[in-house]
Amino acid sequence: MVDFGFGLVPSSRINLDLFDKEKYEELAAMEPDVRICMACGSCTAVCTAGKFVPTSLREAIEAIKNANPEKALQMLESCQFCGKCSMVCPRGINTRHLILSITKVYSQK
Amino acid sequence: MTPLINLLAAQAEVPEVIDRIPSGFSYFVIPFTVGIVFFLCWIGVGCVRLLRAVPRTDRLRLWKSLFIPKTAAKNIKELFCDCLFHVKIWQRKPLLGYMHSAIAFGWFMIIILGHIEVALFVPARLNVTRGGLFYPIFYRYFVWMNPGHTTLRGAFFFFLMDFFLLYILSGIALAVFKRFRSIVLGMRHTTKPSFADRVALYSLWMIFPLRLLAESFTADLSGGSFLTIPVNQFWHFLFGDKLWFMPCWWAYSICLGLFFAAMPFSRYMHILTEVLWILLRNAGIKPNHPRKGVAEAEIYACSSCGLCLDACPMNVQKKNLKFSSVYFIRFLRRHNEKKINAIADKCLMCDKCHALCPVGVDAPALRRAQRATVNNSLPYDYSYLGCPEGMVPEPIQTYSSNPEVLYFAGCMSHLTPRIIKSVEKIFKAAGVEYAFADRDGGICCGRPLMLAGKTDAAAATIAANKKMIQESGCSTLVLSCPICFKIFKEEYHLEGIKVVHYTQFINELIASGRLKVEKTDRKMVYHDPCELGRGCGVYLEPRAALSQVGTLVKASKEYDESICCGGSLGSLTLDTHDRAKISESSLDSLLVGKPETIVTACPLCLKTFSEAVSNAKYLTEPVQVKDFAEVVCEH
Amino acid sequence: MKNNILIIGGGPAGLEASAQLQRMGYNVILIERSAQLGGHLAKWDRLFPDRVPADEVLGGLIHATEGVKCFTDTDIRAINRLEKSYNVRLTNGITVLSDALLVASGFDLFNAVRKEEYGYGIYNQVMTNADLEAYFKTGRDKRIENPKKIGFVHCVGSRDEKSGCRSCSKVCCATAVKQAIEMKQAFPQADVFCFYMDLRLFGRHYEDLYLEAQKEYGVRFIRGRVAEVSENYDGTLLVKAEDTVASKPLKITLDLLVLMSGMRPSASVKELGEHLGMMVEEDGYFAVRSGIAAGQRSPQPGIFLAGAATGPKTLPETLADARAAAMEIDRYLTEIFPDARNYKQLVKERW
Repeated sequence: MVDFGFGLVPSSRINLDLFDKEKYEELAAMEPDVRICMACGSCTAVCTAGKFVPTSLREAIEAIKNANPEKALQMLESCQFCGKCSMVCPRGINTRHLILSITKVYSQK
Repeated sequence: MTPLINLLAAQAEVPEVIDRIPSGFSYFVIPFTVGIVFFLCWIGVGCVRLLRAVPRTDRLRLWKSLFIPKTAAKNIKELFCDCLFHVKIWQRKPLLGYMHSAIAFGWFMIIILGHIEVALFVPARLNVTRGGLFYPIFYRYFVWMNPGHTTLRGAFFFFLMDFFLLYILSGIALAVFKRFRSIVLGMRHTTKPSFADRVALYSLWMIFPLRLLAESFTADLSGGSFLTIPVNQFWHFLFGDKLWFMPCWWAYSICLGLFFAAMPFSRYMHILTEVLWILLRNAGIKPNHPRKGVAEAEIYACSSCGLCLDACPMNVQKKNLKFSSVYFIRFLRRHNEKKINAIADKCLMCDKCHALCPVGVDAPALRRAQRATVNNSLPYDYSYLGCPEGMVPEPIQTYSSNPEVLYFAGCMSHLTPRIIKSVEKIFKAAGVEYAFADRDGGICCGRPLMLAGKTDAAAATIAANKKMIQESGCSTLVLSCPICFKIFKEEYHLEGIKVVHYTQFINELIASGRLKVEKTDRKMVYHDPCELGRGCGVYLEPRAALSQVGTLVKASKEYDESICCGGSLGSLTLDTHDRAKISESSLDSLLVGKPETIVTACPLCLKTFSEAVSNAKYLTEPVQVKDFAEVVCEH
Repeated sequence: MKNNILIIGGGPAGLEASAQLQRMGYNVILIERSAQLGGHLAKWDRLFPDRVPADEVLGGLIHATEGVKCFTDTDIRAINRLEKSYNVRLTNGITVLSDALLVASGFDLFNAVRKEEYGYGIYNQVMTNADLEAYFKTGRDKRIENPKKIGFVHCVGSRDEKSGCRSCSKVCCATAVKQAIEMKQAFPQADVFCFYMDLRLFGRHYEDLYLEAQKEYGVRFIRGRVAEVSENYDGTLLVKAEDTVASKPLKITLDLLVLMSGMRPSASVKELGEHLGMMVEEDGYFAVRSGIAAGQRSPQPGIFLAGAATGPKTLPETLADARAAAMEIDRYLTEIFPDARNYKQLVKERW
């Protein structure tokens, strides 16, 4: 092999080609609200768990759409289901069920 | 007096009742006997299976409970009140209560009296080998009254039997009527019967008219009273001397047989399972699975009466009726996993169906158990709650050196600052030394996790909060959120610390004179939040306090019948549109007395109603939505 | 014969349309339910993007309406549809036989009390965009005492299903940037933060305003919706949002929080709609006849719409809308209305 002078490192670029559409549709069938987030960050701002550890529904949705479900799960594992996010969401997203659904769909191997 | 003595003397010599058929058997009893034998076998096997599925410790608890006088007394009381007299239905819907108790108590009495008659007049026939299974049921067929030797005792039983038959018939007539016009009996919605339900239902309707027919045909042979004798004479008038009574007895037996054969698969199973459920419930055994063990007794105790349909706040939309408890339990019985989950997730967990259930089936608890089977195993990581190394817990903010009260606002209240602000203002006005546990946000109480079925995760947040509260050294914990209040009261077991809701605490402050308020003629209506009212039984304290500052008007549904605001955390899948419909119906109920102000004592209700009132296009007069503490503060 | 035209609403749209129609030679009657002409414009201090005084613009508009019969403090009591015209009884006792009606009922500002989590009416240091304009006009507001840190919250009651308002109010982003600059001019030492979801600076020179705010005044723009506000013990505000660009929740202590209340349909819409038999759409604004080509025609022949009665609009858009409505009315009154014999047919074809 030709020596290029650098090793292969994992790319930090989002690769949308890896997006698992089938799973995403499975999630959307379970909780259609996943489609309507406008990324305002209200959920993250009020998050009870987010005070302690990075927890963000907005980021989790983003991560799923960006083919990174592991990060999505990590963003939601500390959630306490207190429901504050559903109270402030301007789009009226059913946040608690969305979080449960994401965990259900993406934590099954 | 002499004739009576004569009669009694005569009885000793000549038998009053003569066994008309020496074999004590006729072919027409076969359908009934087959039905009842099948039914008894099914019940026996079912009971054994069910009790085996219950953990050993719970089983022991059940046996022991039967011998604890207090529990035993409660058992007896509930068996009579709930199973026979249907007191719970009487209290809310008298006509419906009459209907149920007529059928249940009347039938019960007829069976008992039938057996007593046999025991008194032909005791040998009680033996199972000599027809004991069917003889008391068809007693009137098998016996011949010795004319001229009827005693007062015999006549007394004839009267009672006729009386209870008439009583049942009146109940049946109402039941038939209810099928077509349920609203007259106070039910807006009724359940859709399944096939077995229909078989059992129609045979039940037929049993007693046929009994009247059969007994009246034989009344001149085997005796009767005010009902059967005149009917018997009527038949004679119509058909002359020859009465073909055999077909009636056959039909009566067939209907009974059909009923008992269909019973295990129908709603009428509740007649017996209810007994078992009451015993298990009073023994303090709680289901931890939606279907197995105790839960099985619970789901079979459901009578499918459909009272929960009228109770359910989701009934404002016809399409959501299918998520009511009665259908949840029906699908649990049928093991329809998909539908079970859909129904379990939709429910608002307002607990109204449980409060109004005549059998006391706790369907919301079963739903929670069902959610747990799916959600409890989902991964979570709460290691941060234990304050890992390098993290320092934030100190609780106190405004005095030795606070008596710890105030825990809860997550939601941070989005309704008027609650927090009013509570603090009241504390200051009443001179309460307090500490604010979560001024900069705390951790969740765990109730929302419980409601979502994440039981283990809830235990973790409970443990973390418990530690914080115990370390604070306060003697009273005041909560402004009913969701928190319920779980702190039930699951935290904070020994030595009094856990109170702010409505209770503020009412106490007013009653003891520490807080001075001014009475005005402001017209208010109080909304009972689900978790506070039905959840914790707090109905009177908020009303007592509010009547000190204004005039309370009634809502059309209040106390344990209050309608959920629609914002409940309980539901996992109900969408905003459907929730808004529920809010509307709840508002309608609150506004019947034309109040200026709607007062509630829950941040979620406050928020939901505020939004509903602002968005409502149909409101003619403006109405304010206020928090309990806010209203007290304003006066 | 001069046709009578009744114009409902004395805000910028009503004023501009009256002036135009008056010039065309019609007999214009303008009614305004409040005591003062000018609508919200009368309460504003300066206008984006050039920060011209609102008084000047309003003065110009009112000046042009000379000859128009203006009735303030006047509302509609009843309306009867005659064959072609409308018989309108006013609350001041006058009855007008009007051949065309123009509805310019405008908008209401969103009541910020409804977003309870922002604490308007609960915390001392929270105000709205209208309160701030009033301060600029009068120089007095007890909430403003040399603030060191000021926050602007965009989209209060706009783009918010919970508040019953899905749409964008169009003017708040530019207003916030304008007011941020003005606050920096008034308090050069203060730090100013704008919390936005999307900056919608679509009009000509709006982007210049944004650039100026960044470059000349150092206004900090944070992409994230404020979701929780609490009060500190000293009366300052603790504001929580997410910096969605940094992907981190943030908190900041502020001395003053300004809420950019959005536009809601005017409260008069309900009553007016009943009088006129006109439908409102799901968003609460009046429906126009159909499609984009009939922008100022209502579904009822002879009734026209202009300005924010048909949805949020900026001032230039409102004025353009009013002029267009005047043209439409003129066309109707010259082409359709006079032909008594074919009136119905013409309405069917051309309305």
